[in-house]
Amino acid sequence: MFRRLPEPAVAPVSITIDGMPVEAREGDSVAAALLAAGHARCRSSSVSDAPRGPYCMMGVCFDCLVEIDGAANRQACMVRVAPGMRVATQDGRRELRA
Amino acid sequence: MSKTAALNPSCQLVVIGAGPAGLAAATTAAKLGVDTVLLDEQPAPGGQIYRAITETPVTKRSILGMDYWHGAELVTAFRSSGARHVPGTTVWSVTREGEIGFSVGGAARLIEAERIILATGAQERPFPIPGWTLPGVMTAGAAQILLKASGMVAEGRVVLAGTGPLLWLLAAQYLRAGGRIVTVLDTTPPANRRAALPYLPNFLGSDYLGAGIALLREVKARVPVIGDVRSLRLLGENRVREVVYQSGTAPERRIGADLVLLHQGVVPNLNLANAIGCRQEWHEDQLCFVPVIDAWGTSSIERVAIAGDGAGIAGARIAAERGRLAALEAAHRLGRIDAYRRDAEAVAPRRAITRFDKGRRFIDLMYRPRAEHRVPQGDTLACRCEEITAQQIVEAVKLGSTGPNQMKSLLRCGMGPCQGRLCGLTITELIASARGVSPADVGYFRLRPPIKPITLAELASLPKSEAAVQAVVRG
Ligand code: FES
Repeated sequence: MFRRLPEPAVAPVSITIDGMPVEAREGDSVAAALLAAGHARCRSSSVSDAPRGPYCMMGVCFDCLVEIDGAANRQACMVRVAPGMRVATQDGRRELRA
Repeated sequence: MSKTAALNPSCQLVVIGAGPAGLAAATTAAKLGVDTVLLDEQPAPGGQIYRAITETPVTKRSILGMDYWHGAELVTAFRSSGARHVPGTTVWSVTREGEIGFSVGGAARLIEAERIILATGAQERPFPIPGWTLPGVMTAGAAQILLKASGMVAEGRVVLAGTGPLLWLLAAQYLRAGGRIVTVLDTTPPANRRAALPYLPNFLGSDYLGAGIALLREVKARVPVIGDVRSLRLLGENRVREVVYQSGTAPERRIGADLVLLHQGVVPNLNLANAIGCRQEWHEDQLCFVPVIDAWGTSSIERVAIAGDGAGIAGARIAAERGRLAALEAAHRLGRIDAYRRDAEAVAPRRAITRFDKGRRFIDLMYRPRAEHRVPQGDTLACRCEEITAQQIVEAVKLGSTGPNQMKSLLRCGMGPCQGRLCGLTITELIASARGVSPADVGYFRLRPPIKPITLAELASLPKSEAAVQAVVRG
């Protein structure tokens, strides 16, 4: 769905997505890392359990909510990857009520 | 990467947002001796237009184009200005009294400012069509962020659909980066040409004209473009698989797609201005609300100025100039410069604004998106978070719910995590069309702080004493 430009060598960052090791790059948001690894879907919606994925990449839509290092409902597009980060896709009603 | 800044509990000027307007405002003010703090949500300066300008992995300059690299000058000037930069900051409240609540590095903080400049920029207009919530459907702006920040280009069957300069810019950037695009579905209504035509002469003198034409040629030479696209629908189960559309009066067509990038213009990001209570009005050409400001960007709340696209869409070059004007006024009101100097220093920015504003009306009218793609129907979702359909809104109107705020209590739309950020305009336009009135008569969601979700842990960390606030903040 997305590929990286070959251009410069950006430092790799090892994370896991749903327990599987994934190599992200320094400077990636978690949402970018998800998309680069082929995960268009990162959660299912709170009402109808429909599949959702990152839409705006700039913190507006809240469709990129995932669990990061055990904390649910984090905006994947607003958090940068860090070595050893554990990312988990979310299901259903574990929705944040502001 | 992490940067530390000792933060006092008060300062003279807080600028919110590090795009062109915020960077220029903070730079101008700090250079005039104003004690200035710039709060920004991103880890690095640039806003969305100059996103990742200091660290993008895309080093081949021709890919992103000269208009992007222009942003580097703003960052360089900012860095030597003496303003303090607190990146990675989420602002969740601003009061009329000048108290700003924000979170950084997992902890909440308060800072008091004598003056505030909101430079919160723009966001993409919602594109509420059937299937727009499917994974694999994103905005053109989202794709551009992936390109700038992570050097990622879409692959597979990529379809671009919509209208507006950013759509063509993204297409050109993708092609330069070696990407492929199956087709561009241009949803611009042909009737727009007639409406925009009277403003063409002014546009002929615009700096953007040559670049715009070159961009269109560059894309059209390499990608099939289908015009007058309407009745756009996206199909798929777990992700998008197909785009269904009509071109003019031709019968419906389908094309396979792995990724659909939508765009129909940008609108001001008004959440903070709205939550503070700054007055806003409906802009009929741009089909969005804009804050009411004076010639210096000062809002209806005297302490608060609004600069950049958050004050009405005008583009990055004008954003920076408006940032400078707001900063001059702040410096004047704070007693750093007299009115004479303020006015003298404002001459160049005002001249630049006149120059870059040529043709804005033409562009606004030319790329006005179709009603059909702004006002959804039937079971198309209007509110993505609470999954409220267009039909539900229309029925609620029939039952007497005539405004966005009543809609909120009745249907919960605008009460999900996005708090109406994305659906706000759609809800307003839906209600307006169901009632047969102007969006101006319907108004917008009234937002209340915290305007971004804040965790209990962050709140608990809120310092109770002044000394604690002086703690070092990690960005
Ligand atoms: S993708 Fe929209 S908030 Fe993250």
